[in-house]
Amino acid sequence: MSDLLYGEIENDLRASVREVLADKAPWTSVLAGTEKDEPYDAPLWRAVAAQLGCAGLPVPEELGGAGATWRETAVVMEELGRSAAPVPFLGSAVIATAALLAAGERELLPRLAAGERIAVLAVPFGTAPYDVPVTVEDAGGALTGEVAGVADGMAADVLLVPAGDGLYAVDATDARRTAVTSLDMTRRLADLAFSAAPARRVAEGAGAVRAALRTGAAMLASEQLGLAERCLDDTVAYVKTRYQFGRPIGSYQGLKHRLADLWASITQARAVARHAASCVAAGDEDTPIAVAVAQAHCSAVALKAAEECVQMHGGIGFTWEHPAHLFLKRAKADSIALGTPDRHRAALAALVDLPPA
Amino acid sequence: MSTAPPDADELSRRVGEFLAAHDPAETAPQEFLRARFDAGLAWVHYPEGLGGLGAPRHLQPAVDRRFAEAGASTNHPERNGIGLGMAAPTILAFGTEEQKRRFLRPLWTGEELWCQLFSEPGAGSDLAALATRAVRDGDAWTVNGQKVWTSMAHEARWAILVTRTDPDVPKHRGMTYFVCDMTAPGVEVRPLRQMTGEAEFNEVFLTDVRIPDEHRLGAVGQGWQVSTTTLMNERVAIGGGAVPRESGMIGVVAALWRDRPELRTPGLHDALLRAWVETEAARLTGARLRQQLTAGQPGPEGSGAKLAFARLNQEVSGLELELLGEEGLRYDDWTMRRPTEVDFTRRSPGYRYLRAKGNSIEGGTSEILRNIIAERVLGLPGEIRVDKDVAWKDLPR
Ligand SMILES: Cc1cc2nc3c(=O)[nH]c(=O)nc-3n(C[C@H](O)[C@H](O)[C@H](O)COP(=O)(O)OP(=O)(O)OC[C@H]3O[C@@H](n4cnc5c(N)ncnc54)[C@H](O)[C@@H]3O)c2cc1C
Repeated sequence: MSDLLYGEIENDLRASVREVLADKAPWTSVLAGTEKDEPYDAPLWRAVAAQLGCAGLPVPEELGGAGATWRETAVVMEELGRSAAPVPFLGSAVIATAALLAAGERELLPRLAAGERIAVLAVPFGTAPYDVPVTVEDAGGALTGEVAGVADGMAADVLLVPAGDGLYAVDATDARRTAVTSLDMTRRLADLAFSAAPARRVAEGAGAVRAALRTGAAMLASEQLGLAERCLDDTVAYVKTRYQFGRPIGSYQGLKHRLADLWASITQARAVARHAASCVAAGDEDTPIAVAVAQAHCSAVALKAAEECVQMHGGIGFTWEHPAHLFLKRAKADSIALGTPDRHRAALAALVDLPPA
Repeated sequence: MSTAPPDADELSRRVGEFLAAHDPAETAPQEFLRARFDAGLAWVHYPEGLGGLGAPRHLQPAVDRRFAEAGASTNHPERNGIGLGMAAPTILAFGTEEQKRRFLRPLWTGEELWCQLFSEPGAGSDLAALATRAVRDGDAWTVNGQKVWTSMAHEARWAILVTRTDPDVPKHRGMTYFVCDMTAPGVEVRPLRQMTGEAEFNEVFLTDVRIPDEHRLGAVGQGWQVSTTTLMNERVAIGGGAVPRESGMIGVVAALWRDRPELRTPGLHDALLRAWVETEAARLTGARLRQQLTAGQPGPEGSGAKLAFARLNQEVSGLELELLGEEGLRYDDWTMRRPTEVDFTRRSPGYRYLRAKGNSIEGGTSEILRNIIAERVLGLPGEIRVDKDVAWKDLPR
């Protein structure tokens, strides 16, 4: 059984990330950022990725990384989820990094690990690790085609594009990029188009892309855990102080029982997310099952937490000038990202030999 | 004799020595269990002389594993859940030296089984409302009242019993806790049939039952505090040990799904996968809880475990019946039986479905558990109390 707890180093890492986020990403500035054109919060990204060194956590030291593992990265994801931080961490420091690690790439990786450049995998954000669509053609190292709905696409310096039978690196300025008005305003999508874009081949086959999406799905579970915890904490704090009918609304059993259930399901999400992170960190053979379980489970828990947060805040929860909607939008988008729960359950059916009717 | 509590290596050494001196294949089961208790290898975290060695609690599973691997006789914990899980820790916490020496050894070896005389027709969730009266009479007490839903009272030699000793003070303050001899005159156990057809629980009538004062646990009037220790241990006991993937009810249904393709439907496939994921999540949560205990950081996660267990058992046993369709309409046996343990595996799917309905009621209902999580873990305000400063005798009922 994998280690499902947090170690001392992870607790220290969590504390420093949380401190930076409290300083640079309070919800008021996250909310203000949604009204701006910039696709992400660049100063926040520099602080987390470069100054704290979080972008290179799972990258070996000889490639300029910290030589830690995906377990530590998962802790960063929890904290980013807690604040719905508008940074391309999942896209660049997780998915693109995992793809390049799987591909054994040595040129771009050190610059990603240092947080100097941002890369994203050019697949629709809803893509599950099981069937990767290839919509771009490769003609002698020049790419042509379109990819819709790429997360953090506008933030990227480099696009990693599955095309033909391989994976290619394309300079983002060689693609036509259109910003999408996205449900999740804190992690925006972009539509990409390539017409004979110059490209460098970084991997053969689809293995690196699948591995990257699987790692991404595992790390997303930790983001969902952090988001769910934040929603519960905020809601519990609110129902203790909001009085109606002469008592705090948190003294009504109708709300208490729902919060107790939410708390119980978050304790489960924590075990599930930690297991998935430990499995990808160790390259455990249980990884495919652990990841499918994590996405099928944590997606639902995070969404429930965000929905309950909105509902139990009443009118203020429906108000733009309150952070509840930021979490709801992130939670709903996350439940579709990297494969819906249903998609992961279908994959699980094959993995654990429970074939369909 | 060493004074420092033994560590894992030291325990392992002692188990090895013990097994060398008591070949499990050669030693009579009862004798083996008594010797194991006397060697301090029963509950390693209990004090020396009381079945333990004062070792850290988390070292117990490794010791149990060693004994299991050696093929040692067991004390059949499934038959004495109340004794092992609840009576023993309560006696350890509140008992006199004499009580501990008298009760713990035969309890652990399974020579004496225990039951719990708590619930009454008028006091279930609200245990502190109970009416069974104990009146002091020299160096003994006379007890009158009725208990209900008492599991395995027909098997038990002893009971933990809560009574009312002072009706003139608010309910929590007028209670006293006893150990009750189930063979004493005036104790009448009547089978109480439950929805499964069998009678695993009972009604227990107490008529002028004499309980010597040396069988009182804790001070007069301290019954609520003693009961709280019992109830806390009840919930911990349900956490369970490390289990492999697909253990329990989900394993039964997954096997059925694999073996009987003709039963499959798309809707049930989805329901099965959802339940599979939830069961796996519950299993990992249990594993994480044990890791926390081992690391000396016990968390409140255990109180969520019983909630999840009850919900899943009910959901999955219901799923099994639906999957079986017409076959699910056949029950195995409605005759009134008096079981000696709860058996989820050898009975029919219909039995499992019905028995699982008790999981969210026995040992504290799911609603009461949610109250506890909301108030003790999340710190939400308590319920409005209308009974706090009212003498028990003046409470509406
Ligand atoms: C299989 C089985 C075995 C049992 N074994 C034993 C045993 O060995 N010894 C023993 O002493 N007892 C035993 N019990 C009894 C059990 O502990 C009680 O049934 C239980 O505590 C509930 O009490 P009650 O039945 O009086 O229900 P009530 O307390 O009357 O509750 C009825 C309903 O109201 C809800 N409710 C009550 N109060 C509240 C509240 N404050 N907030 C919200 N909802 C509330 C309950 O959750 C429940 O849904 C057993 C029960 C079962 C089913």
